[in-house]
Amino acid sequence: MSLDSKVPQGPIKDKWTDYKNHIDLVNPANKRNIDVIVVGTGLAGGSAAATLAELGYNVKAFCFQDSPRRAHSIAAQGGINAAKNYQGDGDSTYRLFYDTVKGGDYRSREANVYRLAEVSANIIDQCVAQGVPFAREYGGLLDNRSFGGVLVSRTFYAAGQTGQQLLLGAYSAMNRQIGRGKIKMYNRHEMLDVVKVDGKARGIITRNLITGEIERHSAHAVVLGTGGYGNVFFLSTNAMGSNVTAAWKAHKRGAYFANPCYTQIHPTCIPVSGDHQSKLTLMSESLRNDGRIWVPKHMKDVEAIKTGTLKPRELAEEDRDYYLERRYPAFGNLVPRDVASRAAKERCDAGFGVNATGEAVFLDFASAIQRYGKETAHVKGLDENDAVLVKKLGQEVIKNKYGNLFQMYEKIVDQDPYNTPMMIYPAVHYTMGGVWVDYNLMTTVPGLYCIGEANFSDHGANRLGASALMQGLADGYFVLPYTIGDYLSNDIRTGAISTDTKEFEEAEKEVREKLEFFVTNKGSHSVDYFHKKLGKIMWNKVGMSRNVKGLTEAIAEIKALRDQFWKEVKVPGTNEEFNEELAKAGRVADFLELGELFAKDALNREESCGGHFREDSVELDGEQKGEALRNDKDFAYVSAWEYKGEPSDAVLHKEELEFKDIELKQRSYK
Amino acid sequence: MNLTLKIWRQKNASDKGKMVDYKVTDISPDMSFLEMLDVLNEQLINNDEEPVAFDHDCREGICGMCSLYINGEAHGPDRGVTTCQLHMRMFKDGDTITIEPFRATAFPVVKDLVVDRGAFDRIQHAGGFISVNTSGNTIDANAIPVNKHDADDAFSAATCIGCGACVASCKNSSAMLFVGAKVSQFALLPQGKIEATDRVLNMVKQMDEEGFGNCTNTGACEVECPKGISLENIARMNREYLSASLKG
Ligand SMILES: Cc1cc2nc3c(=O)[nH]c(=O)nc-3n(C[C@H](O)[C@H](O)[C@H](O)COP(=O)(O)OP(=O)(O)OC[C@H]3O[C@@H](n4cnc5c(N)ncnc54)[C@H](O)[C@@H]3O)c2cc1C
Ligand code: SF4
Ligand code: FES
Repeated sequence: MSLDSKVPQGPIKDKWTDYKNHIDLVNPANKRNIDVIVVGTGLAGGSAAATLAELGYNVKAFCFQDSPRRAHSIAAQGGINAAKNYQGDGDSTYRLFYDTVKGGDYRSREANVYRLAEVSANIIDQCVAQGVPFAREYGGLLDNRSFGGVLVSRTFYAAGQTGQQLLLGAYSAMNRQIGRGKIKMYNRHEMLDVVKVDGKARGIITRNLITGEIERHSAHAVVLGTGGYGNVFFLSTNAMGSNVTAAWKAHKRGAYFANPCYTQIHPTCIPVSGDHQSKLTLMSESLRNDGRIWVPKHMKDVEAIKTGTLKPRELAEEDRDYYLERRYPAFGNLVPRDVASRAAKERCDAGFGVNATGEAVFLDFASAIQRYGKETAHVKGLDENDAVLVKKLGQEVIKNKYGNLFQMYEKIVDQDPYNTPMMIYPAVHYTMGGVWVDYNLMTTVPGLYCIGEANFSDHGANRLGASALMQGLADGYFVLPYTIGDYLSNDIRTGAISTDTKEFEEAEKEVREKLEFFVTNKGSHSVDYFHKKLGKIMWNKVGMSRNVKGLTEAIAEIKALRDQFWKEVKVPGTNEEFNEELAKAGRVADFLELGELFAKDALNREESCGGHFREDSVELDGEQKGEALRNDKDFAYVSAWEYKGEPSDAVLHKEELEFKDIELKQRSYK
Repeated sequence: MNLTLKIWRQKNASDKGKMVDYKVTDISPDMSFLEMLDVLNEQLINNDEEPVAFDHDCREGICGMCSLYINGEAHGPDRGVTTCQLHMRMFKDGDTITIEPFRATAFPVVKDLVVDRGAFDRIQHAGGFISVNTSGNTIDANAIPVNKHDADDAFSAATCIGCGACVASCKNSSAMLFVGAKVSQFALLPQGKIEATDRVLNMVKQMDEEGFGNCTNTGACEVECPKGISLENIARMNREYLSASLKG
């Protein structure tokens, strides 16, 4: 099957408007006869479910948590972008579009990104109308901050809990529709397969996580908003339950999986402290607005800091290496995430890591505290030379901006970041790859849509801060509700879809057999045992930097681990009860397949781009020496994999990317 | 550290349930409480026993999914944190730790330490929203200025994570802190004022129907709330409720 992105003709700035003017609409009376399934109630799924119900469709929504309010989106800290130009610093739709395409290292689809930038301003209006308490200035207007990789202040935020507030906004919109009976909510339900009838997605198979009951649900279209797959690394900043199962099952039913190897490694996470760790905690990137990143210049100071004979605060300015400011004077500490992550790894690999494992750098607020303290003293007419007072005032400002993050850090690391620099290290955070979708957000399976982090569409090879929330809400509130209508307009006479058909029966049977296998296998190792092993292979060989040898080994090792898993996995309990181990087993089984495709995709992409660094593709000389080298001639495409059984048999399809409105340039943050 | 754990085991909602003793060894003070339970569960699975069920997801103190009543306190002995952010350095080698589910009539036990907090969702369905279409055809966000103090207070109320610690720690199993927080968030914002009367009446009615008890101003909820939601919110809700009742 060839890939048709269905991008409308015409100038980029008119595409979306023209598109909306020409699609088929469904008459409100007919919408009542159409059912839509939305799997996932994060920002993408939650906003989609609410809007589709608002429009009049009958929505069934599913999530595996006990309440939609707990979807992983709740954890987003920093903020959400929108081209409002409230600060008058020159922001515009075009500039947000440009920054996002450039930030994504020219591996995203222009038309999608332009549409995202276009609807971004509307998202803020919508959320404020719903009562999302964004940060405000004293004049009562909305406040903004800037984020890594951009030079304007376009990020809207609610302290360090923006995702929480946006998700509660979408949740409240859902609640209104649940109250009206337009959404039927299925909490603690896990989708385990997609059902196709006559080639179209017509339903799903779910497991009730409390009773173990397997259920069939039918609809005229199915929407997946099931989030990212960073947990293939075991350790990541994702919530423990985040998984690839829904996307992977869709892939097995014919949905192409795009750019699986595009993973974002976030530079500001709390470092790993030991083997017991179950997840990594992100420290919002907004901290980089005020924190300066450094390691000692001299090895003797590294040793002294590690052994505790030297306090980081006591190290003289001239003995510190502010390596981001040194290497990237234009952006300094605000370079994009991939650049900041690699630079930290480079310093730590060279031996300058400052914690016991040698995998940490400092994020220091001392100069910001000084600067804010002096400013506040000045404004209040107090003594700017009173060091104690200045420090106190400065700490108050920092506390207002980042208080909850500092508190979180202190709880985890047991150190006070107001008085000693934080330690940070990169960690797996966000997956730019995902189910391939066209301009309509439809997968290669008719009637099956994919939105939010679960699809591949908008971020390219790297994601700028504060753009995932924007994409999730744009997809759910403003894009999908239009594009799905165009498809559903053909279904107004179809009538309810029966679940008593052989397609449903077969899909259910397959699901049951797998669950039965797990509880009867009686192997010798727990599910986590395998998940951790997979994570180690992924991090060491398919992580921040990759080479042919490591990737080839990883592919073989994952395959071997998968074989071992199917022989030796042990899952206690039965299928007919609340059984967390059983749920995990299914998720890890899918990760073990995805992991291999992930490595295969990474091996195929012989270039460094965005979050993906190939050691054999670097600039050899000039100003950019040692930096990542992209290869536009051979790799300006989306890799979309078609399922053919084993991951090693997957077939590569290429969606060539066209850049008509932005010139392809090597990125430079110097 | 080596510890003795006394854990509530209950197969399902209809089982009677009982406390069972377990031992864990080699616990690092840097572990979170849930990571300590992971260690126990790995041990149980390896011994062909059933692992202990408990709720969790983000492990970052924000999703509100984790619960646990530890040594007689919701979310355990530390202040201002959820169980996933409680660290083992709060305990001593040789300690015996009692772990129970959040108990309240309105929160039936699902299994072991997992409870059903669906009642909170149903209270929200009754009015925890502003009735605005999700069409995107709203007015410009800055056309609704909000006084910074009100915005900050609304935000503070909105930070409630819906964990249910307030209910679990209240001797009457009252949900007033949770509902108060939600009512306050909207009552403080101009967008929320229009429906304020119906909202507070409907939410309080649903809260009562779910079987939560009444507030007798003991304040245990505020002490155990991981997000520092203050009693002020209950007072605000009461004022809103009173004026709504007079109007209504
Ligand atoms: C710590 C952290 C901080 C972040 N900060 C920011 C930020 O500041 N700005 C920004 O823009 N982005 C940020 N991000 C990224 C952003 O939060 C996510 O990309 C985004 O929220 C994903 O939303 P989503 O709706 O696609 O998926 P999710 O919120 O992950 O939702 C997935 C949903 O799918 C459901 N689900 C999954 N599988 C199944 C299944 N098989 N059956 C049933 N239900 C299923 C889940 O229950 C859940 O409801 C951050 C991410 C993290 C981890
Ligand atoms: S008020 Fe506090 S204790 Fe109660 S649910 Fe909200 S966050 Fe939890
Ligand atoms: S697991 Fe999310 S708050 Fe504890």
